[in-house]
Amino acid sequence: MVWERKNLLGLEELSKDEIESILKTAKSMKDILARPIKKVPTLRGKLVVNLFYEPSTRTSSSFSLAAKRLSADSMGLSVKKSSVVKGESLLDTAKTLQALGADAVVIRHGIPGAAKLLAEEVNIPVLNAGDGVHEHPTQALLDMYTIQEERGKIAGQKIAIVGDIKHSRVARSNIWGLNKLGAEVRVIAPKTLLPVEVEKLGVEVYTDLEEGIKDVDVINLLRIQRERQGKGFFPTIREYVKFYGLRKEHLELATDDVTVMHPGPINRGIEISAELADSNQAVIEEQVTNGVAVRMALLYLLIRGGSRDEEAIT
Amino acid sequence: MKKLLLKGGEVVKPAESKREQADLLIIDGEIAEIGANLEAVDAEVVDVAGKVISPGLIDIHVHLREPGFEHKETIKTGTEAAAKGGFTAVAAMPNTDPVIDNQSLVKSILAKAEQEAAVEVYQIGAITKESQGEELAEIGLMKEEGIVAISDDGNSVMNAEIMRLVLRYAQDFDLTVISHCEDDNLAGEGVVNEGYYSTITGLTPIPSSAEEVMVARDILLAEELGTKVHIAHISTAGAVELVRQAKSRGVDVSCEVAPHHFALTDELITSFDTNTKVNPPLRSETDVAAIKEGLADGTIDIIATDHAPHTIEEKRVEYDYAPFGISGIETALGVVLTELVEPGILSLEEALAKLTINPAQRLNLAGGSLAVGSKANLTVIDLEEEWLVEPEDFLSKGKNTPFAQSKLKGKAVMTIVGGKIVFSD
Repeated sequence: MVWERKNLLGLEELSKDEIESILKTAKSMKDILARPIKKVPTLRGKLVVNLFYEPSTRTSSSFSLAAKRLSADSMGLSVKKSSVVKGESLLDTAKTLQALGADAVVIRHGIPGAAKLLAEEVNIPVLNAGDGVHEHPTQALLDMYTIQEERGKIAGQKIAIVGDIKHSRVARSNIWGLNKLGAEVRVIAPKTLLPVEVEKLGVEVYTDLEEGIKDVDVINLLRIQRERQGKGFFPTIREYVKFYGLRKEHLELATDDVTVMHPGPINRGIEISAELADSNQAVIEEQVTNGVAVRMALLYLLIRGGSRDEEAIT
Repeated sequence: MKKLLLKGGEVVKPAESKREQADLLIIDGEIAEIGANLEAVDAEVVDVAGKVISPGLIDIHVHLREPGFEHKETIKTGTEAAAKGGFTAVAAMPNTDPVIDNQSLVKSILAKAEQEAAVEVYQIGAITKESQGEELAEIGLMKEEGIVAISDDGNSVMNAEIMRLVLRYAQDFDLTVISHCEDDNLAGEGVVNEGYYSTITGLTPIPSSAEEVMVARDILLAEELGTKVHIAHISTAGAVELVRQAKSRGVDVSCEVAPHHFALTDELITSFDTNTKVNPPLRSETDVAAIKEGLADGTIDIIATDHAPHTIEEKRVEYDYAPFGISGIETALGVVLTELVEPGILSLEEALAKLTINPAQRLNLAGGSLAVGSKANLTVIDLEEEWLVEPEDFLSKGKNTPFAQSKLKGKAVMTIVGGKIVFSD
């Protein structure tokens, strides 16, 4: 298919074909990353700006590296921790981006819809690197890429997402994407960490970890935010770990070769036991590598648009 | 003697549920005669054939933003917008800067309105000082200066003891307490209704219970004390049911709804358009159905706009940063006619009652009827005219509306205050 979409704002709006096209392109990118010289001239002369209103070493580095592997220039535009009164407004920043001659902008922002607001203002591609609790499409795409690589396919796979679903953009994007590709998605969390009517997204809801992971092929663990404790979502980390922390013995309930994923950075001994994090069933480092490949694919598709041909990658 | 004769219209008397073909003669600002084939020497004659003549519409919930927020709206622009929307009187909420919580502020607002307002302006005083919910404002002194009700609108009176005391105290001054029902803890940092759409957008939710626990509380207090209370901008199915049950027990509770709460649902928030950000938030389809039922069975007495103008700059920001509110006074009548009267949920007379006689009676305001000898405040309505909502044509400074580009049927074509034509299309 020819890529026509200007922005990547979320997986809710993508079609199955578009997602498959991204995953396919990511495969070519991963091949490049396996070479001795891990760099191609595809986006030479292009400028990718990272606009991060929330701190994120991982996603920001992953995007920078993806740009560099494609020979694009990558720069971060330093934005103060956003303040309505003092800071430059998002829309003024958008004008600055255009003036800098950016060819694409990667935005991370604490408020849902911020990426869309920016996309409406600029005529260059906008890549959403997380907008509040709304979506984190590149994380979900790298998760899906990893599942496809590890399990051979996504359709029909039983996938459990465990943890703070309510406040998770990763969970939302994963649910949209996985459902479009025919996976069976479950969410597992205490009721206080489940958003209302989540079942309408086409997921099975479990509040019991052991019940929820029964026979699953993939367990995707979400990072638990320490600041949620004491706010009534759950009493203490200790209690959360007791009921929702994944330990090695739990894996017997799942499929034999179950794949364990985590978007990182992990809280060792909290959502995942240290022993499990270091086991071969955990593919956490693989996800990091795949993240670069997926982001390369997206930069390539969005910046080169419909003009590309297969050779251009190599 | 100044005479104005409206010929050929259909006169609607919501208080009597009556509609008749009649001419209406105004002499020196008062309604002089209503009847068939009226003639009057030296009268300015206006042909209103095919149009409806209603008592002037009264909006008991507007934010004129003056003083303190003149960039959003002023008494002048807000009342010009009101006139265009068909309203001949508005009651201004006190959440300005400073908050209208003492008699000198009331006096200065009313004096300014006297000079600059296009329609009648009533002032609502704060319940507590600076609407902080702690110390009672000088309610009695403000009443002497002319306030028509009290409200900490924009804030809840979270302390039940303060609310209980004020319900008692206000009774002596025959002032209606208008309650903004929102439990601060349940609402938290929420910006949209809790439901499927808050889940998929990730926007912070406000549960229905944030409104309902306060509606229940205020009903219980009013019931216990035998006082009256008016619930502002009711928006949930549960709140409507609470009011319905309370009324059936004989509690003196009334409530109002804003047009956006029966015309729109929270599905609109998926656009992330901050013009959909309003407090209480746009609710679910179920809530909207319940609101319509409440309007139809009389549980909801009053339609009031909660006209809340903001500038484009304030709204063109990330969703969480945008202020709550909809500029609604110029679309209200069109929305009522299109969403309630046209589909037959309310008859024209019932709908107009909720915009005229009912609010007038609840706050003891003049007007709301077309009695001969009364002040000639009236609204001429074209029920057939279809029009497109174009915010740039608003007279209000606030162009913030989720109804932009909506097609509405029916609008005010002439607004008359004290016999004077203050708006004519």
